[in-house]
Amino acid sequence: MAEHPQKPANLIKWFDPRNKSLGSWAFILNRITGLGLTLYLFLHLIMLGQLARGPEAYDGFIALVKNPIFLVGELLVIAAAFIHGLNGIRIGITSFGIAGGKQKQLFIGLMTVAVIAIVYFAIRMFTH
Amino acid sequence: MTQTWHVTYEIFRKKGDQSTHYDRFEMKVDPDEYVLDGIERIWAFHDRSLVFSHACHHSTCGACGMVVNGVEKLTCITPIRSVTKDGGVIRVQPMRNFPVISDLSVDMTVFYQRMESVGHQPVVSVGFEDSKGKLDSEDDLLRLSDCIECGLCISACPIALTTPAYLGPAVLAGAQQSGDLNPCVLELVDSENGAWRCHSAYECTEVCPSHVDPAWRIMDLRKKLVARRIKKFFGVK
Repeated sequence: MAEHPQKPANLIKWFDPRNKSLGSWAFILNRITGLGLTLYLFLHLIMLGQLARGPEAYDGFIALVKNPIFLVGELLVIAAAFIHGLNGIRIGITSFGIAGGKQKQLFIGLMTVAVIAIVYFAIRMFTH
Repeated sequence: MTQTWHVTYEIFRKKGDQSTHYDRFEMKVDPDEYVLDGIERIWAFHDRSLVFSHACHHSTCGACGMVVNGVEKLTCITPIRSVTKDGGVIRVQPMRNFPVISDLSVDMTVFYQRMESVGHQPVVSVGFEDSKGKLDSEDDLLRLSDCIECGLCISACPIALTTPAYLGPAVLAGAQQSGDLNPCVLELVDSENGAWRCHSAYECTEVCPSHVDPAWRIMDLRKKLVARRIKKFFGVK
């Protein structure tokens, strides 16, 4: 009886970009940013939970997140939101037969918009 | 003028329950030969136990699909110079997402059954414009349809990698091509493991050697499925 050489548990191979086309890079990028945003959602809820522990605890937490390391983290969240959101628009459009043949051009165009937006927010965040 | 390159074939080997490994074969080749030519010479002059599938040698039968240096290729039409360089390596593996029978040969039984189940037409009238799913069956003359059922698209699909239950690009494209979305076909394609499982990586279209454009067909199939549901909701036949 022949067996499957690749098991369904091989989810980790989704993240291997070697020898892949632009469509797969978009696929991988969407998964990484999606997981990142999910992680951020939990961290955000933990932060909101500080409100219930009184003003001192909340102010202490806010002082902590003003650290430049956290600012970089926030910029990563913004980057993930732009990349995931704009790529999601591309997937939504093409998934129903609209501009399916132009998915690469759509990806390059929307990611250009994402990069411009990320640079704009980076300048705003680190110069104010 | 014929050139001679020295290349190393690294061939995936698997026999029964033995552990898998790669065998290396140093070969003198003409870079304009095809990858399959080298594999056949390995079988003819170096190792008669090598198992691989092939038949027509001109991209019609779809039997010689393999993974060459990490990318799905129909080896009978893949020139050696397109995948390596003089002194380079050609790593040949069986297609992914299919059970390996032995070495480079895979079991495509389930795939062929699924193609039949969705009504894919391997032979169509010459007037059938299957590049974009337009039907014209008035002509008596016949030809082979674009999809040669090589399975490369399923091998390259990241979703098929994680669940063998997913019908896969060729099967969904076959359903779209057939144009006959009868209740049996709908049950297969309008389901969790049908058209809705695709996650738009477009690898199927990238590796298709026959310009079937399975990704476009899956999206078109979805459009048809949504249209049916909307019509059904409003009671339109």
